[in-house]
Amino acid sequence: MFHPSHFAAVLLFALFASTVFGITMRDTPVRMFRYGAYCFLLFVGSAIVLSWVMLLIAR
Amino acid sequence: MSTTPNKPVAGKKSDQGFVYLPLIVGWLVPGGGHFLQGKWVRGTLLAVSVVAMFVLGLAMQGKLYTSMQEPLDMLGVAGDLCNGLLYLVSRVAGLGGQPIQTTVADYGTKFIVVAGLLNIIAAVDAHNLRTGRKQ
Repeated sequence: MFHPSHFAAVLLFALFASTVFGITMRDTPVRMFRYGAYCFLLFVGSAIVLSWVMLLIAR
Repeated sequence: MSTTPNKPVAGKKSDQGFVYLPLIVGWLVPGGGHFLQGKWVRGTLLAVSVVAMFVLGLAMQGKLYTSMQEPLDMLGVAGDLCNGLLYLVSRVAGLGGQPIQTTVADYGTKFIVVAGLLNIIAAVDAHNLRTGRKQ
């Protein structure tokens, strides 16, 4: 069985979702790659920011 | 970083054959709609993404929704059904039948549903390629 950490699960989720978003939302390979990278950074970045926000709220 | 959406492309092959075939094949087999149209690299990347997400979801002991009694379960079934043959084969094989008991299993259940939703996005993209809305 596979037991990733929460952050590893976020990274995997972001990788696969960004790949599909990049390919389906843009026309050319370069734009696909750039949009996929943009989505990946947004997924991971927002997860990190929200994690800090939740930590601060919990204190 | 460019986030400009695609511009609509004039339809050039919308009148040829059954235009919904890539949509149906893409739903049943992840990436299949793109393979039908010779988009091998795109189809492979889409197939790998959807199948990997589905398999990792099962490996995390995620649950395949089967019950239609609760509204949220119905949405889960709808999301899981979007995986096409992956869902049907897994159901027949008896995978994903265990209840969710760990946090990781909950992640896995979400992975399976999202894999289905991504598969539908990919199938609609294949349909758009077929109708000429996208290049």
